[in-house]
Amino acid sequence: MKFSEKWLREWVNPALDTDALVEKLTGAGLEVDALEAVAGDFSGVVVGQVTSVTPHPDADKLRLTKVNVGSDELLDIVCGASNVREGLKIPVAVIGAVLPGNFKIKQAKLRGVPSFGMLCSSKELGLTESADGLMELADDAPVGEDFRVYLDLDDQAIDIDLTPNRSDCLSVAGVAREVGVLTSEDIKAVACEAISATSSKTFDVKVEATAACPRYLGRVIENINPAAETPVWMQEKLRRSGLRSLGPVVDVTNYVMLELGQPMHAFDLDKIEQAINVRLSQQGEKLTLLDGQEIETQAGTLLISDSTKPLALAGVMGGKESAVSSQTTSLFLEAAFFAPEAIAGKARNYGLHTDSSHRFERGVDPELANSAMNRATALLLEIVGGEAGPVIEQCSEKDLPEIASIHLRADRIKRVLGLELDKETVSEQLTRLGLVVKDVDGGWQVSVPSFRFDLSIEVDLIEELGRLYGYDKLPNTRPQGTVLTTNITETLTPVERLQNVLVDRGYYEAVTYSFVEPKIQQLLAEDTSAPIKLANPISADLSVMRTSLWSGLVQAMVYNANRQHERIRLFEVGRVFKGTLENIEQHRQIGGLIYGSQYAEQWSQKPRNVDFFDIKSDVEALLKLGGGQITFEVESHPALHPGQSARVYKNGKAIGWLGALHPKLNKPLDIDGKVYVFELSLSDVLDTDVPEFETLSKFPALRRDLALLVDDAISAGQIEDCLREIDSDILKSFQLFDVYSGDGVELGKKSLAVAFILQHKERTLTDDEVDSLLNNVTEALAQKLHATIRS
Amino acid sequence: MAELDTQLQALNDIVESAKTAIAEANDNRTLDNVRVEFLGKKGKITAYLKGLANVGVEERPVIGKSVNIAKQDVSALIDARNKTLSEMAMQAALAAETVDVTLPGRNSEIGGLHPVTRTLQRIERYFKNIGFDVAEGPEIEDGHHNFTALNIPEHHPARAMHDTFYFDADKLLRTHTSPVQIRVMEEEQPPLRLIAPGRVYRCDSDLTHTPMFHQIEGLMVDENISFTDLKGILSDFLQAFFEKPLKVRFRPSYFPFTEPSAEADIECVICGGEGCRVCSHTGWIEILGCGMVHPNVFKHVNIDSEKYLGFAFGLGVERMAMLRYGVNDLRMFFENDLRFLKQFS
Repeated sequence: MKFSEKWLREWVNPALDTDALVEKLTGAGLEVDALEAVAGDFSGVVVGQVTSVTPHPDADKLRLTKVNVGSDELLDIVCGASNVREGLKIPVAVIGAVLPGNFKIKQAKLRGVPSFGMLCSSKELGLTESADGLMELADDAPVGEDFRVYLDLDDQAIDIDLTPNRSDCLSVAGVAREVGVLTSEDIKAVACEAISATSSKTFDVKVEATAACPRYLGRVIENINPAAETPVWMQEKLRRSGLRSLGPVVDVTNYVMLELGQPMHAFDLDKIEQAINVRLSQQGEKLTLLDGQEIETQAGTLLISDSTKPLALAGVMGGKESAVSSQTTSLFLEAAFFAPEAIAGKARNYGLHTDSSHRFERGVDPELANSAMNRATALLLEIVGGEAGPVIEQCSEKDLPEIASIHLRADRIKRVLGLELDKETVSEQLTRLGLVVKDVDGGWQVSVPSFRFDLSIEVDLIEELGRLYGYDKLPNTRPQGTVLTTNITETLTPVERLQNVLVDRGYYEAVTYSFVEPKIQQLLAEDTSAPIKLANPISADLSVMRTSLWSGLVQAMVYNANRQHERIRLFEVGRVFKGTLENIEQHRQIGGLIYGSQYAEQWSQKPRNVDFFDIKSDVEALLKLGGGQITFEVESHPALHPGQSARVYKNGKAIGWLGALHPKLNKPLDIDGKVYVFELSLSDVLDTDVPEFETLSKFPALRRDLALLVDDAISAGQIEDCLREIDSDILKSFQLFDVYSGDGVELGKKSLAVAFILQHKERTLTDDEVDSLLNNVTEALAQKLHATIRS
Repeated sequence: MAELDTQLQALNDIVESAKTAIAEANDNRTLDNVRVEFLGKKGKITAYLKGLANVGVEERPVIGKSVNIAKQDVSALIDARNKTLSEMAMQAALAAETVDVTLPGRNSEIGGLHPVTRTLQRIERYFKNIGFDVAEGPEIEDGHHNFTALNIPEHHPARAMHDTFYFDADKLLRTHTSPVQIRVMEEEQPPLRLIAPGRVYRCDSDLTHTPMFHQIEGLMVDENISFTDLKGILSDFLQAFFEKPLKVRFRPSYFPFTEPSAEADIECVICGGEGCRVCSHTGWIEILGCGMVHPNVFKHVNIDSEKYLGFAFGLGVERMAMLRYGVNDLRMFFENDLRFLKQFS
């Protein structure tokens, strides 16, 4: 809601300067978004009249004018505007004038002809953003008067960003009412007395959709002057509210909307047939709107129609065909109350948002239509003349919103606000708001006037009381509450701990968008199932939900690699989205990526690029926090290098992947070099075993090393699996400590050295026991993996 | 007597030559040889004593005493020299092992958390310390939890103001963290204290908006929770977060799911309230929205609004991080430029 400060002060004029007024409004929840001068900073501009126009001898586009500015002599001014003509009244910057931007007007020669001033456009005076030629003033503009005085330009436009509940303030009257309450000032409301009919002309109105349109007022005004013009004061007020002047009839309806808050519409009476019918639309009715847009209705849209065709989208926009034009001589004027539910969302369905729909969908005072009709009639008769017929009203009382009567309890005020307000304050404040307050036991019974339709329940009133008391004046307290139990589980490692592990290992945390580019995602996907797609993405490259963290991480890596980073380690924790819309899985994952050199460049180390075992160690470190049986299985992932990737299992459950990105992806993803990635299901990683104490053995542990010769194809994992199956109470642990192939080892074979740590809980081991265990080990390995012992 | 003098002189000569030999010994082995040469069983002093067969009885004690003194002197000199040599050897070894300590250490680089995470962790820590639990909810939400249950019925103007990303007529990306309130209250009865951090989405992208950002939601429901409590908790929190005594003001506002509703502004942390570009020359920065839980919200989750009252608040994490660290471009948070991320390690 944007309006002129002077206009507001015509209604209510508290002894506050502009800044104090703005602070008051903002402090009351009517947040002032902008405050701007209604005109540029200029001086020395007066109202002038062109008395003659002659061609410039040396320039086709320039004209020589004589201009009367009320002084003894006419001014010779050279002008380039195409709309300059004899008799035209315009703002004239005389010699010595200063225009916005500190542009000083001096005597000048234009193509050899001296010019004593400048004829101005509205843009040059900072009144509008753009202008088409000179600003044309009304015929009755007083020649010689200071232009600022003439248009009363020492004024500001106040723009309030109203919250959706305060549509009662979408008018100067509403804001004035609020200011009146805030400053205890009286309101000087504009007169809206009934205008008696001077003609008997009426028009049939039928309201079929009474629930959507509980009240409809119409009035015929005949024989208006089609050539009449909107008075300057009205044009200026409209302009200061951001509206263009569109002819006197439309201007009056807009003016009344801004002034009182009632959106109105005027039809050209000669373009509508037989009767007005307010009804819900059928599917597919055609209507060309005022803005030229041709729509086909959806079923159930509230329409104003006549006996043959739709005329307007009720409460949203009028139709082009029945619109008032410069030929219109008779009007049908409409002021209605449309139920918010009937209008809400409708404009949007047709891609529209108008000042009218904005108000109706938030709510308009259901009792306002009559005053607005009176006010508009009076203004129209004054400006365009004509004879007004009687007001036609169709009202369905049962469909009008009920006037709320609210029981307000004193103790509830204290419980909600945290502060006890004394009884006098409560009833005084509410009365100031225009509510009717009656004392009852333990509180008040409050009736709400129709213009505060936003107040319907007790807490609405409590909020008003808090607001008027001033939130800042309310004390700050600490809540008194029940002491609650708290969760200190050890079976879940905190996510922070995982993040810290990776940070300590040199990773930076990335946060990438949850929606990604479908093509990149497809390249990195584990399977071909379709990702979940946004219906209204912000752009094509952010149009599907991610199924893995890799696409974001890879893109972040490429972004940084392109900015000369040679060592990149990134991780992210976040949700991925799988399944279908009917059955969405949105679990959190932890994923990482390493690229480039393993160490930051350093004086004592040879640089080397990261490899599989670097990322594997990071993954192992993460998984170590939770414990459990971790295995890495050779399985294939379409986006990973088949020889350098593994699926990660925890206690037999697949929880993720790690490996080198498949080299085939380098080109499409614009990657230069090897990239290693991992991604794990977060909840599985967080899942943690609580430590279980095991008695320490007092007896010495023995170490025995075996060198095994196996086929190249046998993996370390297979050997570990085989060893893990050996049932022994003395085999504490084993560890692979060397892998060798080459000289001394048969081609196609490799040698693996494994250390066995042996210990008994209760006694020293005997040679027999040790030998027997090692025999079991060699036998098992020989049997399952054809391993032989290398001596 | 002359005989005795001669004898003592000879002893003296031995001691003198021992002194020279000790002083000239530059390593422990040579020094050990010196010890054997003079103090050993076949050493010079023993030999000297053996050569005194013809010394008179009355002179013996004199000579014996002198020999003992000589032995002690030589031994002490050897010990002293030994110590000196050990020290010299240590010094030499230390000198040989000296490195340029100003060279950087190996692999000392660590990474860093994203500034959003840093900020979230601090906020979470604050509220956990005063008894709030951390709750989570889905990011793909339904219209019921994101809107309807929060007292934003279909076609409510507030719905249109949310710039929602939709998947179909019902499924959407949550536009705020408030649906987590609903999900928790559907499952649990008061007393409740929770915060819900997470990603939220709005279909909007320009200089000051990104289509994804983070919020943290707070909810406290108990029998006696009031608006002044909300003011108290949030004022304390904001001062703790920015680690300075900031002015905080509460302005009436509107959210369909709270009433009374407020927006909190802090004194601009950049200019200290003087007015600058960041605060649009108002001296104030809007920092969060909050209010008392609306009775209709309690109705949707079957909590008795006569018995229980509650407050809720929601704040933008990026905004907090921007003000805390002086970041001037929201979009930086999602570019993942290492030059940016490294500033928060």
